Amino acid sequence: MKKNFTILIITFFVFTNAFAGADGELELSKKSKPVKDCFEPLNRVTFAVNMGLDKIIFKPVAKGYRVLPSPVRAGVSNALDNLSSLVTIPNNVLQGELKKAGVNTGRFVINTTIGIVGIFDVAQNLGFPEYEKEDYGQTLGVMGVGPGCYLVLPVIGPSTVRDTAGSFINILGGDPWYNASVNGNNEYLSDSDYFTSRVLAGIDFRAKNIDSLDNLEKNSMDLYASFRSLYLQDRQQKISNSKETTETMDDGDWEEIDTQ
Amino acid sequence: MKKIFTFVVFLLIFFNTANKAFSIEADAFVQQTVSRAAKTLSSGLTKEERIQKLKEIAKEAVDIRGIGFYSLGSHRKNLTKEQLENYKDVFEAYFLKSFSSRLAEYSNPEIEVNSQKKINKNYTIVSSTLVATNTRPEVKIEWRVYTKDPENLLIRDLIIEGLSLARTQKEEFSSIINSNDGKIEALLKNLSDFSSK
Repeated sequence: MKKNFTILIITFFVFTNAFAGADGELELSKKSKPVKDCFEPLNRVTFAVNMGLDKIIFKPVAKGYRVLPSPVRAGVSNALDNLSSLVTIPNNVLQGELKKAGVNTGRFVINTTIGIVGIFDVAQNLGFPEYEKEDYGQTLGVMGVGPGCYLVLPVIGPSTVRDTAGSFINILGGDPWYNASVNGNNEYLSDSDYFTSRVLAGIDFRAKNIDSLDNLEKNSMDLYASFRSLYLQDRQQKISNSKETTETMDDGDWEEIDTQ
Repeated sequence: MKKIFTFVVFLLIFFNTANKAFSIEADAFVQQTVSRAAKTLSSGLTKEERIQKLKEIAKEAVDIRGIGFYSLGSHRKNLTKEQLENYKDVFEAYFLKSFSSRLAEYSNPEIEVNSQKKINKNYTIVSSTLVATNTRPEVKIEWRVYTKDPENLLIRDLIIEGLSLARTQKEEFSSIINSNDGKIEALLKNLSDFSSK
């Protein structure tokens, strides 16, 4: 029953966004419409709560984590990346990137076995291309589903309606790691393994960004707006799967100021 | 007559050579700017002296006026001449403070310039890498260089791991103006308050 309800919610989100995006304008074009912040007052409150939690919990923990020796942190980061490839591979397939799916499968097999559950990125040393994470939110974006409104989720942080719907797909069978640990019903893995990996991924991300987030906090006049802008730019770039920054940039305003 | 001819030839050679001497490729310009900043940061100067030096570098190498106009976005068109003049001054003070305090935190950033790509007659994107340290992973930085005047190249944007600082600033400014009933005065006050912190 709970599963059916979740599926219904996702279907609603996806379809309303698909129609919202299908207004004759390609969302990923350089002239894409700005993402609406329909729930801004509520989002700002959630953002303030998240920043409070960050100050008293996440940042101190991340700082402590950063004290660990660099090889330990690299090993944790590699193992988490390896786990995330279980979501990346099906998304490569759904996006029609079969070659990337093959490469990522090879990377997962090599790193899980020779690399000892992904702690060592052996595949990279063997010359595999740089790993790029994919998720269901990105796949929905590639399929033409618009981002919908901007959302700030408690604890998790910035998102959009589409990306939130994408995250639900993980727990509906889209994430083999979730299936094996939470729904696997086996003696080797349990719920706590999954949640530990999620918490570690959060700490790893926060630890890697301590300096840049401190800098942003110090130099922003409207930190909420800066976070929103950075999140949406990042998603736009990831969905376009482009390494060329210039392909996702809109030069219109720059050209306009040149004529003044 | 011969003297005049020699003089004209001399002038032609001089200006041709001078032009080439002062023109510089965008990647070399970025490398030069980065080296100047790195030299300042690793020098034995006090923090205040470093900030002052960095401000001087920014004034020479960054198109502060252009970035200021860009950051206003569509609100630019609603400003009176007086407001625009006021904005230019307030923005420059804000930008220099923000720029120098961001950089002053780094003790010796090592940036490698890798390549450049001309995107049109006015802009070249220079790609570089901020080398990883023990506490921070490698960071890709792209520089939007305004090349309209080849003898006076200017930086207009920094794109860090695909995220444009100018665009982020523009959206931040827009948010401040919109949440204050579209009034530019709110932005001007925020900018002034930031500069005087």
